[in-house]
Amino acid sequence: MMGNFLTPRCLAIAVAIALLAALPAWMNGVYYVNVASQILFYAVFALGLNVLVGYAGLTSLGHAALFGVAAYATAYMLQLGYGHTESILVALLVGVASMAVYAVLSLRSTGIGFIMITLALGEILWGLAYRWISLTGGDNGINVPKRPAPFGFAMSNATNFYYVTLIVFLLSVIAMAIFVRSPFGAALRGTRDQPRRMNALGYHVWLIRFYACLFSGLLTAVSGILFVYYTQFISPQTLALTSSAEVLLMVIAGGPGTLLGPIVGAGLVVIVKTVVSGFIERWNFLLGAIFVAIVILMPDGLVPGTTRLWRRFIRKRPPAPAKTEAAP
Amino acid sequence: MNFWLVLTVNSITFGGLLFLLSAGFSLIFGLMRIPNLTHGSLFMLGAYVGATFTVGLLGFKLNFWLAAILATLAVAAIGALAERLLLRRLPGDQLAQVLVTLGLSFMAADLCLMLWGGDPLNVTTPDGLGGFVRVGTVAFPMYRLAIIAIAIVVAVGLWLLLDRTRLGAMIRAGVDDPDMARVVGIRVSQLFTIVFALGAGLAAFAGIIGGPILSVYPGLDQDMLPLALVVVILGGTGSLLGSFVGSIIVGFIYNFGQALLPELAYFVLFMPMLLVLLLRPQGLFGRQIP
Amino acid sequence: MSRKFSRRTVMAGTAAGAVAAAFKFPSPALAQAAPFKLGLLTVKTGPLAQGGIQMEQGVITYLKEKNYTFAGRKVEFISADTGGNPAGTKTKAQELVEREKVDAILGPLAAFELLAITDYINEQKTPMLSLAGAEDMTQRRPNPYFLRPSATSAQAMHPMADFAAKELKLKRIVTISEDFAFGHEQMGGFQQTFEEAGGKIVNKIWPPLVTPDYTPFVAQIGDCDGVCQGFAGSNPLRFLKTYAAAGLKFPVVTGETGGDDALLRSLGDEALGMYSSCPYTLDFDNDSNKRFVAAMQKDYGIDPGFYASGLYVAAQTVAAGLEKTNGKSDDKDAFVKALRSVELKDTPRGAIKYDHFGNVIGDFFIRHLEKVNGKLVNKTVKTYHNVSQFWTYDEKKFLAAPVYSRNYPPLKS
Repeated sequence: MMGNFLTPRCLAIAVAIALLAALPAWMNGVYYVNVASQILFYAVFALGLNVLVGYAGLTSLGHAALFGVAAYATAYMLQLGYGHTESILVALLVGVASMAVYAVLSLRSTGIGFIMITLALGEILWGLAYRWISLTGGDNGINVPKRPAPFGFAMSNATNFYYVTLIVFLLSVIAMAIFVRSPFGAALRGTRDQPRRMNALGYHVWLIRFYACLFSGLLTAVSGILFVYYTQFISPQTLALTSSAEVLLMVIAGGPGTLLGPIVGAGLVVIVKTVVSGFIERWNFLLGAIFVAIVILMPDGLVPGTTRLWRRFIRKRPPAPAKTEAAP
Repeated sequence: MNFWLVLTVNSITFGGLLFLLSAGFSLIFGLMRIPNLTHGSLFMLGAYVGATFTVGLLGFKLNFWLAAILATLAVAAIGALAERLLLRRLPGDQLAQVLVTLGLSFMAADLCLMLWGGDPLNVTTPDGLGGFVRVGTVAFPMYRLAIIAIAIVVAVGLWLLLDRTRLGAMIRAGVDDPDMARVVGIRVSQLFTIVFALGAGLAAFAGIIGGPILSVYPGLDQDMLPLALVVVILGGTGSLLGSFVGSIIVGFIYNFGQALLPELAYFVLFMPMLLVLLLRPQGLFGRQIP
Repeated sequence: MSRKFSRRTVMAGTAAGAVAAAFKFPSPALAQAAPFKLGLLTVKTGPLAQGGIQMEQGVITYLKEKNYTFAGRKVEFISADTGGNPAGTKTKAQELVEREKVDAILGPLAAFELLAITDYINEQKTPMLSLAGAEDMTQRRPNPYFLRPSATSAQAMHPMADFAAKELKLKRIVTISEDFAFGHEQMGGFQQTFEEAGGKIVNKIWPPLVTPDYTPFVAQIGDCDGVCQGFAGSNPLRFLKTYAAAGLKFPVVTGETGGDDALLRSLGDEALGMYSSCPYTLDFDNDSNKRFVAAMQKDYGIDPGFYASGLYVAAQTVAAGLEKTNGKSDDKDAFVKALRSVELKDTPRGAIKYDHFGNVIGDFFIRHLEKVNGKLVNKTVKTYHNVSQFWTYDEKKFLAAPVYSRNYPPLKS
């Protein structure tokens, strides 16, 4: 399938990338460019969580804490006076290392047990950020006075920040696409669907899951760093259970176990939180209602759900247009 | 000296309140195998409904205990409805059920803010319990001591219900082995509704009983849910004794942690939960779930 | 409480504004005809919603009084809900500045929200009037586009400490307040003035913002003859209940949030006897306040307090500033200069003016909480006139010292 670049799918991807690259030009105003940046880095976060939720069948309810750890690490390093490069590297390292510990502890269990352990871990990290005032400043948070300017490319400008985020986002999507198609991705899906059989086949189920966690942690840390540079501020609320629930909502709403799903989900949640909340006062209620409705009515998420509806719609239509499509 | 005495007594009274909060959570978790993440919301909803009657927001005031019963029944009905209309549609899919309860908790919090506004509601201590019990130079509020008594009464009532009635036997069977319970002719799905309503009612009851201490304010749900989680994980899901012992332990950890280790207060609160999850997933008093 | 002031702005309007800004049309007449856009950053969802909703009510009350017209310009009011979360505050500030192109921002509510956006506001050069604490915004890290029409965190506490030491004759006080900037700064200011007046702070207790049961903290109160509490939101209620339940009887003194008039409807007899210091008091006797209180009671059925009055005065300041510039707000620097030079005689809190950092100078009221006809009321017992953020201290010396914090001034053993 990689051979033919003229399939509708490849065309759609090309058009999507072109539209994203040109977004600051056709999007009206800085505000929407900033909203787009938020969607993109939250999408990276959701992609990271999706590695576990969608492909490994492990629902983590503490991921915002890992996101926050990377953000705090960046802000703390900058506060100590280190440069952006060192800060980002240390934050990545701290993020992945925290994920390793998180994984070792939580992978002792699956299903509801995994949810509970990750929830407890998330609350512990939140509690430390909240109360370990000498390190984190507690509720006062830590300010990040300046965004970096790699090679003189000032990220303080909204459009420039958008482009950097877009590049990181595209790299993350490519990494995800490679991961999904790799033998490792297949093995991970195997551990999700048939853990015992995988074990019998000689796979080390625990190790496969552990590596998946590390990959998820890396994407989470990357998005956490983008977040802290975007808001230029970090405080304990970023690590709270509500934040973990929101990113889980992105994955579940969009479609766990699909490449596009978490991206669509991130778009949905960010738009409700930022844009729609300006028009509807009860936006928290709306967010909850969307969540409940999707879980009950479209359990596999918006992307697979609408695809299915669309296919059914095409099949139901009078035969003429459908026939041409059907040719292989 | 007084400091230690006050904290010790308060740990036990706060533990009593936590037991009222977590008993229902434990039952639901034990039978349906899901952490009901709306439990904090049900607690808050009960407190709001009860406070509406005791404060007289509708133009008439009710006796505290009457308000407590009304709030319990109202929220139990809401719980039953939520189970019938929503959770019932996802039979056997525990993950989806947890997610639905999470979504509902968002909705409930916003709904309370919409209906009751942002002002905190002050629930006055019920008549006759406003005084103090003096031990030497230390004064203990009578109401807090009464909470221990209420918790014990509720514990005994629940124990009788679970141990001595047909319904209780069915619930226990469901907790131990739902498939087997189904085989012997217990209508497990109906049981789910009953237990969910019971759990919701207990949460609401805890909310209104906690009212005179905690008052009622937006965000109360998120303050209480984690405490219920810790208690139930510590004590073991579906175990009444576990909830009771877990509540007292958490009461002590909460009080002494906040006072003595403020920087690590939440760390010492959630760490035991984590340790139990890792080392003894069934909890101190829970049975190994197959 | 549905939103009556829906967002009428459409993309077209924004685009036209952007084009006009880009080409700098030399037509002041056109600019004057355009509505003045007033943004509000407030909290309408989540645990901080109580104060946030009152903030919005205060602004709307003033706008109605002025028939939505400042200096001949129609005012378009845009209210944004930050959710009480710093990240949300940043996003909403961007919405107001970048999408709505507001001419001035009122809010936000909490100090940590303000800290999260101060750099951004500075970059965007949008005048902002907030009642949030965070002292250094008008002291050691001044933001030229910022005005605080209410009080710094410590501004009300300096007179409170003076009163506690000189009139109440208290000697040994335990302070208890939330463990974040607003609480630290309130208690720091209190300690500074109280100890200079010969008193002593014997212990400082810092419960976290989220504390369901205050007993573990209240149990540490002792060896004193008074307590200073600096709680905000719904926390004063829970603290006072726990305090009373512990059988403690030491007199309690507090600041503007701990004894807020708007909170009295939630408080019970346990609060009786408390002294509070506030830049606004419900029983202040002038025309402006009578109008304000009557309007709040008519429209919302509640007594206003610190939050509603603070935003009412903020809106008054914006209107007066716009009068000074003859309705022009395009030149942000000139506009903010005009705002800072505003002197008002008739506000619900009396006469006010601003210092060169943009912080208010005005009267502060010491009130005693009493029960009159079965209703709790704050009765003004003393007024400190023309109090600045520097109290009686020399500005240079004050700024040379560190900002009030958890450990400054330090506890003397």
